[in-house]
Amino acid sequence: MIPEIGHFALILALGLATIQTVVPLYGFARSRTDCLAVAAPAAIGQFAMLGIAFAALAFAFYGNDFSVAYVAANSNTHLPWFYRIAAVWGAHEGSLLLWMTLLSCWSLAVAAASRTLPREVASCVLAVMGAVSVGFLLFTLFTSNPFTRQFPPPAEGRDLNPLLQDPGLVIHPPMLYMGYVGFCVAFAFAITALLTGRVDSAWTRWTRPWTTAAWVFLTIGVTLGSWWAYNELGWGGWWFWDPVENASFMPWLVGTALIHSLAVTEKRGIFKSWTVLLAISAFALSLLGTFLVRSGVLISVHAFATDPARGVYILAFFAIVIGGSLLLYAIRAPQFEAGTEPVAALSREGLLLLNNIFLVVAAAGVLLGTLYPILADSLGMGRISVGPPYFNKVFIPLTAPLVLLMGAAAVMAWKRTRAEVLRSRLWVPLLIAIGLGVAMPLLTVGAGALAAIAGCVLGCWAIATALEDVVRRCRGRRIMLPRNVLGMALAHVGVGVFVIGISLVSGFGGEHDVRLAPGESASMAGYDFTFLGTRHVEGPNFVAEVGDFVVRKDGEQIAELYPSKRRYNASGQTMTESGIDVGFWRDLYVSLGEPLSGDAWSVRIYHRPFIRWIWGGAFLSAFGGLLALSDKRYRRRARAGKAVASDRPRKTAYA
Amino acid sequence: MRWRLVIPVVVVLMLIVLLGYGLTRRPDVLPSALIDKPAPQFDLPTLASDRERIRTADLKGKVTLVNVWASWCVACRAEHALITEISRRTGVPVVGLNYKDTKEGALRWLGRYGNPFAVVAFDRSGEVGIDWGVAAVPETFVVDRQGTIRYKVVGAITRDEMNDTLVPTLERLKASGS
Repeated sequence: MIPEIGHFALILALGLATIQTVVPLYGFARSRTDCLAVAAPAAIGQFAMLGIAFAALAFAFYGNDFSVAYVAANSNTHLPWFYRIAAVWGAHEGSLLLWMTLLSCWSLAVAAASRTLPREVASCVLAVMGAVSVGFLLFTLFTSNPFTRQFPPPAEGRDLNPLLQDPGLVIHPPMLYMGYVGFCVAFAFAITALLTGRVDSAWTRWTRPWTTAAWVFLTIGVTLGSWWAYNELGWGGWWFWDPVENASFMPWLVGTALIHSLAVTEKRGIFKSWTVLLAISAFALSLLGTFLVRSGVLISVHAFATDPARGVYILAFFAIVIGGSLLLYAIRAPQFEAGTEPVAALSREGLLLLNNIFLVVAAAGVLLGTLYPILADSLGMGRISVGPPYFNKVFIPLTAPLVLLMGAAAVMAWKRTRAEVLRSRLWVPLLIAIGLGVAMPLLTVGAGALAAIAGCVLGCWAIATALEDVVRRCRGRRIMLPRNVLGMALAHVGVGVFVIGISLVSGFGGEHDVRLAPGESASMAGYDFTFLGTRHVEGPNFVAEVGDFVVRKDGEQIAELYPSKRRYNASGQTMTESGIDVGFWRDLYVSLGEPLSGDAWSVRIYHRPFIRWIWGGAFLSAFGGLLALSDKRYRRRARAGKAVASDRPRKTAYA
Repeated sequence: MRWRLVIPVVVVLMLIVLLGYGLTRRPDVLPSALIDKPAPQFDLPTLASDRERIRTADLKGKVTLVNVWASWCVACRAEHALITEISRRTGVPVVGLNYKDTKEGALRWLGRYGNPFAVVAFDRSGEVGIDWGVAAVPETFVVDRQGTIRYKVVGAITRDEMNDTLVPTLERLKASGS
C-alpha cells in the first residue's frame, strides 16, 4: 500500500508541477495577478507530494519491502538501517526521486522568499522551475518508476553496491544534487530576466544568494565525493578525472564564474548578457552531467547498466530546455547590451573578466576531455579513453594563473586602479607568500619537487592577499566587516589552502608496494609500518580479513591501522577498506592487497602529506560562501530591491 | 538578433547531435566484426618473463577467455572479481592481454587484486590490441577450441552478463566438443 501511495503522490506532483508552470506563465502573458498567485501554493503542494513519495520509498527500504523491484535490487535485510535509508539514492530511480525532491525544496524556498520579490518575478521563476520538474517527473513516471512492484517478491534483496556502503554516500549525493538542482534557481532567474527584459542590480541581488547557496552545496558535494573516493577506492588518490567526477566539476567551474560575474553585474551594471548566459550554462552542465551519468553514453565503458530509452529521453529534455533557453537568449539578450562601457584591464572587473575566461575555458577543457571519446568515435578515429595526463596538462596551466589573478583582484578597485597602488599593496603579501611558501615544505616534508614548492608559494599568495585585504579594511574601523566581504576572503583563503594541499601531496607524497609477512616491517618517509597479522571479522553483511599494523616513528609508536578486505555476502564482491591515520600535516594510509603465500600479504603503503588541506580548503571555501549568504544585505532584499530597481550601478562603502 | 548570440545555440545543437550519435553507438549491442572469425595472430612476451612467449596457436585445443585489461583502467578493477569467478566456475583458463601498460604497473595491479589469469600477454605498444579491434579497455573475448572468436563483451562484465551469457556460452562451447 505504501509504495502505491508514493506512486500516486508522484502523479499528483506531476499535476501540481504542470499547474505551477502553465497558470503563472499564462498570468504573465496576460498580466493577470490571480494566475500569477497560483505559483507559490502549487510549489508548496508539489513539495508536499514529493515529500510523501520520498518518505514512501524510504519507508519501503526501511521495512525491507522486496516486492518493490528497486528496493529488492538495492537493499538487503542485513544492511544496517542507515545504509538502507541511504540506499534510496543508491541507484538510478531513487537518485531521480532525490533530484526532484530537492528541486521541490528549492521551489519551496523560492516560494517562501517570494514575498520579498515582485510577484511577477517570483511567479515566473517558480513557473520555470515547475517546467523542469514536469520534465523530470515525466521521465521518472514513464521510464524509471522507483515504485514498480515485482511478483513474487524475492526472499532477500540483492544488496546495495558495496562501493556505496560508506558514510560518504549517506551525505554526498544529497549535497551534490542540492548543488546541481540549486543552479536551476539561477537558471529560472535568468529565464525570467529574458522574459521580463530586466537585468538590473535588483535582479542580480535576488539571484546572487541563490547562486551562492547552490555553489556552497555543490562545493561540499564535490569535496565529499573526492573524500569518499580516497577512503573507499583504496588508491590513495583524491581525484580521478572520471566522467562522473567531471560531470559534477563542470557545473562547479561555471557556477564559480557565475558568482563572480554576478558581482560585476551588480556593482557595475555590465556583463549582463554574459551573466545570463553563464546562469543558463551552469544549469545546462548540471543537466548534461545527469545525462552523462544516466544515459550510459560514456558509461558504457564504465560498467553501469543502462537503458537507451532513458538516454534518448534525457537528451530530448536537454535539447528542449537548454536549446529553447539559448534560443530565447539569442532573441532577447541584445537588449541588455546597450550602453556598455569599456572595461579597464587594471580594474577589479577587468580581472574578474579574466577570471571568467579562465574558468569557462577550463570547464570547456574538461568537457572536451569528457566527450572526446564520443567525438573521436564519431569522426571514425576509433574508441579512445582520455585519462588524467590530458586533464592535468590542460587544467593546471589554466588554474595556476587564475589563482595568481585571484590574489591581485582582492586588492583591485572597481573601475580603475593605479599601478602604484597595486605595487604598494602587493609587495608585502608577495614576500610573505614566497617566504612561507618555501619555508613550509622545507620544514615539514623536505626539499625537492620544485613545481610543488611553486604551487605552495601560489597557495600562500592567495591566502596572504586575501588576509591583507581584510586587515587593511579592518584598520581604523570599529565595526565588524560585512559578512559578504569576510566570506569572500575566507573562500579565497580556502582556495589557497587547497592549492597548498594539492601541490604538496602530489610533489612529496610517496607510495610503496611491499610483500609483508607477520612481524615484518616496511618504512617510508621516516615511518616504520609493522604488519602484525590478520584476523577474521564478521560484519553485519560482510566478512572481512582485518590487518593489524603498527606505525612507529623513531622507535615510538604513533598509530595503529586496521586496513581490511571485505567480502559482501549478498553480492560476493570484495572491497578494500583502507586504514588511515589522519593528521593535519600528513595521512598515513595502508591498504591490503592480496594474500600471498603463507601468511604474507601484498600491502600498499602511502604517505600523503597535507592531503587534509585539500578538503579542508574546499570546506573553508564553502564556509566562506555560507558566511557571505548570511550577510544582512540579502535579508533586506525587499526594501533594497525597490530602492535600487533602477539600472544604475550602486556605490557602496565596501565596494 | 545578433549573430554572435546565436553561437551558444549552435554549440548546444552540435553537442546534442554528438550525444545523440553517441547514444546510437552502443558498443555492447553492435556485433563485432571479429565474431566467428579466427582470433587475430599475435606473438607476445608474457608479463611474467620476457623470454616466455604466447602465440595465437596457444589458444587452440581448449576453450579460453581472453580478457584485455590494464592497470590504469578503472572498469577493469570492477570486473576483476567476476573474471576470477568465471574462471573458477567454468574451469576455463583466462588469458590476459595487458594493453598499453607498464610492466611495473601491471605486476603491482595483479599483486594488489590477485591474479585470475592463466597467463598474461604483455602488449606494451597496443599493436595486438588494434588487431583484436580493442576500442576501450576492458574487453573480453570467448575463443573456442579451433581458435575462433565466438563472443565478445565490450566494457566491464556485469554480474547479469556473466550469469546470463558468458558462463552459458563457455559451458556450451566446452560441452560441444567442437
